[in-house]
Amino acid sequence: MIGTEDKKIEQLTSFIKSVADKPHPDSYLIAVLHKAQELYGYLPREIMDVISEQMNIPTANIWGAATFYHYFNLNPPGRYTISICLGTACYVKGANDVLNAIKNHLEIDLGQTTEDGLFSLQPARCLGACGLAPVIMIEDKIHGDLTPKSVVELLEQYRKREK
Amino acid sequence: MVSENIITICDGTGCIQKGSDKLQAAFEKEIAAKGLGDTAKINLSGCLGMCDKGPVVVVNPGYTIYGNVAEDDVTEIVESHVINGNPIAKLAIQEDHLFNRFFRVFGDAKFFGKQMRIALRNCGIIDPENIDDYLSVRGYEALAKVLTNMSPQDVIDQVKKSGIRGRGGAGFPTGLKWQFTADQNSDEKYVICNADEGDPGAFMDRSAIEGDPHTILEGMALAGYAIGAKHGIIYIRAEYPLAIERLEKAIEAARASNLLGKNILGSDFYFDIEIRLGAGAFVCGEETALIRSIEGKRGMPRPRPPYPSVSGLFEKPTLINNVETWANIPVIILDSGDWFSTVGTEKSKGTKVFALAGKVVNTGLIEVPMGTTLRQIIYDIGGGVPDNKQIKAVQTGGPSGGCLPVEYLDTPVDYESLAEAGSIMGSGGMIVLDETSCMVDIAKFFLEFTQNESCGKCTPCREGTKRMYEILTRITEGKGQLGDIKKLERLGNMIKKASLCGLGQSAPNPVLSTIANFRQEYEEHINDKKCRAGVCVELLIYQVTDKCVGCGACKRVCPVNAISGAKKEQHSIDTDVCVKCGACMDTCKFDAIIRV
Ligand SMILES: Cc1cc2nc3c(=O)[nH]c(=O)nc-3n(C[C@H](O)[C@H](O)[C@H](O)COP(=O)(O)O)c2cc1C
Ligand code: FES
Repeated sequence: MIGTEDKKIEQLTSFIKSVADKPHPDSYLIAVLHKAQELYGYLPREIMDVISEQMNIPTANIWGAATFYHYFNLNPPGRYTISICLGTACYVKGANDVLNAIKNHLEIDLGQTTEDGLFSLQPARCLGACGLAPVIMIEDKIHGDLTPKSVVELLEQYRKREK
Repeated sequence: MVSENIITICDGTGCIQKGSDKLQAAFEKEIAAKGLGDTAKINLSGCLGMCDKGPVVVVNPGYTIYGNVAEDDVTEIVESHVINGNPIAKLAIQEDHLFNRFFRVFGDAKFFGKQMRIALRNCGIIDPENIDDYLSVRGYEALAKVLTNMSPQDVIDQVKKSGIRGRGGAGFPTGLKWQFTADQNSDEKYVICNADEGDPGAFMDRSAIEGDPHTILEGMALAGYAIGAKHGIIYIRAEYPLAIERLEKAIEAARASNLLGKNILGSDFYFDIEIRLGAGAFVCGEETALIRSIEGKRGMPRPRPPYPSVSGLFEKPTLINNVETWANIPVIILDSGDWFSTVGTEKSKGTKVFALAGKVVNTGLIEVPMGTTLRQIIYDIGGGVPDNKQIKAVQTGGPSGGCLPVEYLDTPVDYESLAEAGSIMGSGGMIVLDETSCMVDIAKFFLEFTQNESCGKCTPCREGTKRMYEILTRITEGKGQLGDIKKLERLGNMIKKASLCGLGQSAPNPVLSTIANFRQEYEEHINDKKCRAGVCVELLIYQVTDKCVGCGACKRVCPVNAISGAKKEQHSIDTDVCVKCGACMDTCKFDAIIRV
């Protein structure tokens, strides 16, 4: 699967090359991982090997960094990633109930993807929209003032859109 | 050229989500249709801090702030206000709301009611993506001033005189930090802006950058000159795409105008800035962990000393300050440290930005002089608690801070007073809690966060917070045991003393401060198995009252068949079977089901 996406590898390689001549090239590892995730949506193992070879950093170290930071996905995400804000303001306004409603409705836990590959669910900390708490973000769009009921309706709208 | 009419549309995250982009298109269309192209200008601004009333539009002259503006209102605003000069009262946000006064002092920040905007002086006033706008409010003038008239030591002396202390949480005197870094002999030094904003309920730094990115660049360049550094790095959360984009644009524009790069403004000063993205780890806000992360490694903290000012990024002397600290620097240089030190209290100078949220009418960003009381912030600026509820506590400092009860509402916000009261200034999160918030649950919320974010390097933090979390969980589930409070206190104090970095050293604070101030609530949970706020689900009991008409609706929705009763007779709930989902209560049309 990865092999057929030569274009992406090319882009990644040229990004790695662009930082190779800077002082302290190793320090750009996180930036390279961001680039890889931007291209693939997650960090496939094969790609970590490619990065390892090109940056001359052991895969173990790359794996170490990739697993340390929450932002990096090690599994392919669903078509829509739902980021539910579990920040303080959202929490005191009932984010937990909204979270449970999503979990029950989609039958997945935080960090998982639905069987049909449509939704994945991720926690977020303060999306900067506390005035609209509780909020979730789907594809850069923030939905606020949610209730357990309205969030289910919202998810259904997304599901309909796919059909 | 200044147009006669300026329509400023808030382009902050909150307003964008509420449709400010559509409004922009609608205004453009309307202005074109009415042929006002030469006399009316549309501006975009950063977050105005009135997110709950978004989308927000400000029309000048008249300084009228319109809230909840719909596309349908556009024609009326243009016809009545822009063409005929009659502001529309029914759409305007009235006088005594958050932040409406500062528009009157365009470019010259003074008092706006209880607020005073120094760090956020340009937010909402200038177009953050236009360097000319920043220049028009005396942007980069401080840089020009130091390059022509001041020695590096003069700059440091002004920062020292201002008395400013770090806004990232710890409150270390900024001038001293600059001096330490300047005093190091090294071929290479670094200046870092900490924009990792870890507090899970706050967005000050993000709005400051989104609204006025150039001031951060200018502040960093001033420090580069003062301490002898050529390279600046902004470490910002990847979760802030808009802020990152604006910083990138600002850096490009500054380079193009010779305000960054080689021979800045014709001098022989070189300074350039690079952006590095974080990747979602709270501990990376801690300075030594942040440095590791910039180096491309796992963001684990290390013991200090040596402090970054001696050995930081790539083992070179490094100056790290928070976004808000940076935003104050150009003002200190332009208006002098002496002036800056007139604002605030004896030991805490200047202003502080807070992200006010939770159970409060006006949520948003505010900036107040140090020494303003919590009461003034919550009531005069925040408009008090909604729905006639009683305020119970104020949480400051996020996961490192504490909860202050009502008795402390007259505490002035400054580093010492908040610490004395049992909380901390922190980076600026301020969450108002009312009677429907359970203090044990809030403590558990924060501890869950720090527990999750503990990097695992030191045992007290990794294991200790886990044990505390387990105890809190059992208390909220009605399985609390005698002695649990003592255990929490003992563990908490031990973790504070023995942890490697600030994360562990402050993680127990939310628990310890709620125990200190709301001990009774803990005791009720443990001894009486009761949660007075009705938050801890396992402690609730659902009952059917005599309002029940026996319609059977609740019986049908109950997922576990815990409800019984004959038709047209009062039903009852078997509490042993009940899973406390609340479906019955939501369904009942007669309010016959209560939760006690
Ligand atoms: C766990 C932890 C998280 C922190 N998070 C932040 C943060 O998000 N932003 C920040 O500016 N400082 C944060 N700090 C404080 C920094 O270590 C450092 O003191 C600060 O960036 C110095 O800048 P200042 O002197 O301008 O405040 C954090 C500290 C700890 C221990
Ligand atoms: S806490 Fe959820 S948006 Fe701020």
